[in-house]
Amino acid sequence: MARRVPLFLKRRSYRRRRLRDAARLLPVFGAFFFLLPVLWSPGESPAPDTASDGLYLFVVWFLLILAAAALAPGLDGGADDDGTEP
Amino acid sequence: MPFNILVLTCVTYVALLFLVAFVAERRAGIGRARWLRSPAVYTLSLSVYCTAWTFYGAVGYAARSGLEFLTIYLGPTLVFIGWWWVLRKLVRIGRKQRVTSIADLISSRFGKSNLLGVIVTLLSVVAMTPYIALQLQSVTQSFGVFASGTPEGWALPNRDATAIWVAAGLALFSILFGTRKLDAKEQHHGVVTAIAVEAVVKLVALLAVGGFVVWGLADGPSDIFRRITESPISDWELQPDRWFGLMFVSAAAVISLPRMFHVMVVEGGDESHLGRASWAFPAYLMLMSLFIVPIAVVGLERMPSSANPDMFVLTLPLQEGQGALAMLAFLGGFSSATSMVIVEAIALATMVSNHVVMPVWLRLRPDVAMTGDVRGVVLMARRVSIIAILALGYGYYRMSGGSTALASIGLIAFVGAAQVLPAMLGGIFWRGASRFGAGLGLLMGLIVWAYTLFLPSFGDDGVIPAHVFALGPFGIGWLRPQALFGVSGMDPLVHAIVWSMVLNASAFALGSIFSFPGPVERMQGAAFVNVFDEDQTGPQGWARGKAEPETLLMMAGRILGEEPALGFFEAEARRQGKAGFLPDATPEFVELLERRLAGSVGAATAHAMISQIVGRAAVTVEELMAVANETAQIMEYSARLEAQQDELTRTARQLREANEKLTQLSIQKDAFLSQISHELRTPMTSIRAFSEILTEGDLPPGMVAQYGRIIHDEAIRLTRLLDDLLDLSVLENGTVQLNLGLANIQTLLDKALAAAGSTKPERVFTIIRDLPSENLFVRTDADRLLQVFINLISNARKYCDSDSPELKITVRQRAGRVSVDFIDNGKGIPKESQAIIFEKFARLSDQSRAGGAGLGLAICREVMANLGGSVSYLPGQGGAAFRATLPLRLDRKLA
Repeated sequence: MARRVPLFLKRRSYRRRRLRDAARLLPVFGAFFFLLPVLWSPGESPAPDTASDGLYLFVVWFLLILAAAALAPGLDGGADDDGTEP
Repeated sequence: MPFNILVLTCVTYVALLFLVAFVAERRAGIGRARWLRSPAVYTLSLSVYCTAWTFYGAVGYAARSGLEFLTIYLGPTLVFIGWWWVLRKLVRIGRKQRVTSIADLISSRFGKSNLLGVIVTLLSVVAMTPYIALQLQSVTQSFGVFASGTPEGWALPNRDATAIWVAAGLALFSILFGTRKLDAKEQHHGVVTAIAVEAVVKLVALLAVGGFVVWGLADGPSDIFRRITESPISDWELQPDRWFGLMFVSAAAVISLPRMFHVMVVEGGDESHLGRASWAFPAYLMLMSLFIVPIAVVGLERMPSSANPDMFVLTLPLQEGQGALAMLAFLGGFSSATSMVIVEAIALATMVSNHVVMPVWLRLRPDVAMTGDVRGVVLMARRVSIIAILALGYGYYRMSGGSTALASIGLIAFVGAAQVLPAMLGGIFWRGASRFGAGLGLLMGLIVWAYTLFLPSFGDDGVIPAHVFALGPFGIGWLRPQALFGVSGMDPLVHAIVWSMVLNASAFALGSIFSFPGPVERMQGAAFVNVFDEDQTGPQGWARGKAEPETLLMMAGRILGEEPALGFFEAEARRQGKAGFLPDATPEFVELLERRLAGSVGAATAHAMISQIVGRAAVTVEELMAVANETAQIMEYSARLEAQQDELTRTARQLREANEKLTQLSIQKDAFLSQISHELRTPMTSIRAFSEILTEGDLPPGMVAQYGRIIHDEAIRLTRLLDDLLDLSVLENGTVQLNLGLANIQTLLDKALAAAGSTKPERVFTIIRDLPSENLFVRTDADRLLQVFINLISNARKYCDSDSPELKITVRQRAGRVSVDFIDNGKGIPKESQAIIFEKFARLSDQSRAGGAGLGLAICREVMANLGGSVSYLPGQGGAAFRATLPLRLDRKLA
């Protein structure tokens, strides 16, 4: 019995699925921003930039946590795991 | 600070933890532990990730290599905010399969293979031993700081003695709260709560020291910012390979470290909690690392250059005369170390007992699953394992001399733990991952890690001779431990990460591709990879009907405990719609039981134990097909259709039978109607004829008397027929009045035989009776019972076609009921007619011989029903045989 997945979803289910996509993307963005210092740091910078680098990392970190906290409540509690609900 | 106060504080703190654990355990025991399972406690318990390495070592790490320490916390952050990818699936699998450890996960996924469990256990124990040693070292060092740095000037009694006391105390705690019971879900409320408390303590302590440094010693954030730029830390340069490699390894470690897996999957196991932890745990990590750099910078400024930067958290407040703050910091470090060691010891002990001790023990004494005390053995194995693991850690600490920097030991352990990652991720995302591949990958990873990182960590000439480092083993240059395949000049750590992970993952992938998995493996693979398919009905591996439920119950009782096992079996029996404690040993049930047992002793051991009882897991070709593709659902559907069809066929057959019976009855009723009209008509005709003759007069008195008698006889016959019909209708309506009294069966039979003698008096019957057994008093309606007896005896006299007819009467009493059998030696009643002889108007032989209306047996049946008994035909007695059954005492209520 093949499960029928309707072509279009209700607005709420649609939003929930996009929320999951966002949750999957979040670590990818995080990884990019955490690895970004690799690109600029090895270059011979004239002034020591450890403090500003640290500040940058903590700001990214903080924003990621905020984003995860914003996404989390919408993610759990969804009964349908793969979005079968029309 | 006096040594006594220090020890006193420690002891008080530990006693407090004991109390917290004890209370939590108690509350969980009485089912009032909802707050123990809250997302907050879950998140805090995850903080066992932050060990003494974080608490003390991170500052040292920052002092030596700047911001690089952050990678250890950024990696896990990425894993947690990406929980929807991996963690969610892990937790779901852990809950569904009742996974007890990371070794159990791997072993269970790859066909419940115990060999894999052993490999993972070995890897974990080897990798975690230095890590545990690191915790002992840091606690001892922190004692040492207080010893040397105070004006009171007491010397630490003995460095080794301190470590051994700490190790013993931790072993005691782990044993007390980690191995008290053998829970099916492997949850230890006491330990988790104590760890949550410790998590708060270490966070508060580190934040307090950080706050003191930033606002007490420096002039607020901007001043700190300036000082960082001026400090030697700023000379640090980011090394891209290390930055990337460390982030990767810490991300891998946060899911594959035994203790992390334990608190995340085994103890917790709720997805909604995971959702909360997805941001709360990164936030915890961020707070923990927030003040690391400021503490390192200020420490480097203020402390003498000889001071160990690993201990700045402690020495800085101490030097500034902040005794209380130093004490708090000490407790924070103590908490970090103890919580890590406790959870790690429990997790490792679970692995060792489930994957090493139990299989060996079952191999040595195969009968023990049924007879021995399995629970006791498992718990004892865990206790001994905890002690052994801590002893190993202590031994390593003694051997290494506690000289290495904290960070490097921790990283070695991380890389070791990460070797499980390919098999784990492959196992939960790739159906094609096979046991052979997983074993190959794990072994490869273990070997490469040991050769390139672990053994070299003992130093030149420690384990590997110095010339091997320089020239390679046997002079083979491309096998040099820190320059495999001639790739020299790499950072040794990154070198080890790259080669171990690449070789591990390649061996795993190639091994999987070129091997063919066994049946159980494929089923488990499907169950793991498709864990989110709710309606997944996994095919069962257990052949039907080979196991006795009682045997299974006995075995379950030995592992789960008598009461829980009984409760589980009873619930399952009820689910199957059966009363009592023993459900049918259906494949579903055996599967469920195995999973339940797996929660206590691990999948491989549970599988082995069930195999001993059920026999080998038999997987049919059809079931394999079900695994291989999506035909499973179709097959299930068709099976359901088949079942429905069977039921329909059954119903149709019943209907057909009923219909046949009805048709036959209808025919008989028609026959009876013509018969009854005939019966009524015959006497009526003669009555009419003779009465006509009488009315004509002129008859001699002798004739009149004779005709009158004929008329009278015929009228009596008519009356009897009508009486019978009336009697039957009264009996059928249940409105009959019973005249209850005591009656003796023997007397009744005597009367009945005498009365029935008038039927065909010319036939001589041999009556076989057993008089003593007939001497029974029953409380019933004697006249009605007599009626039945007469009828049955008369029937025998009428229909028995033997030349020397016999009638055997047997009376039995059993369980408050009396049965009287009447067995003759005639031809009996043909099978097809047995169903209808008790129906009204039924008549088998031609009516001239019967001479009745076919109501006798119908009346008998109704009478017996009214007497609370029954009359039935006994087949296979060599002749016609009837059994009348009635209660010894008939209550009026029933009548």
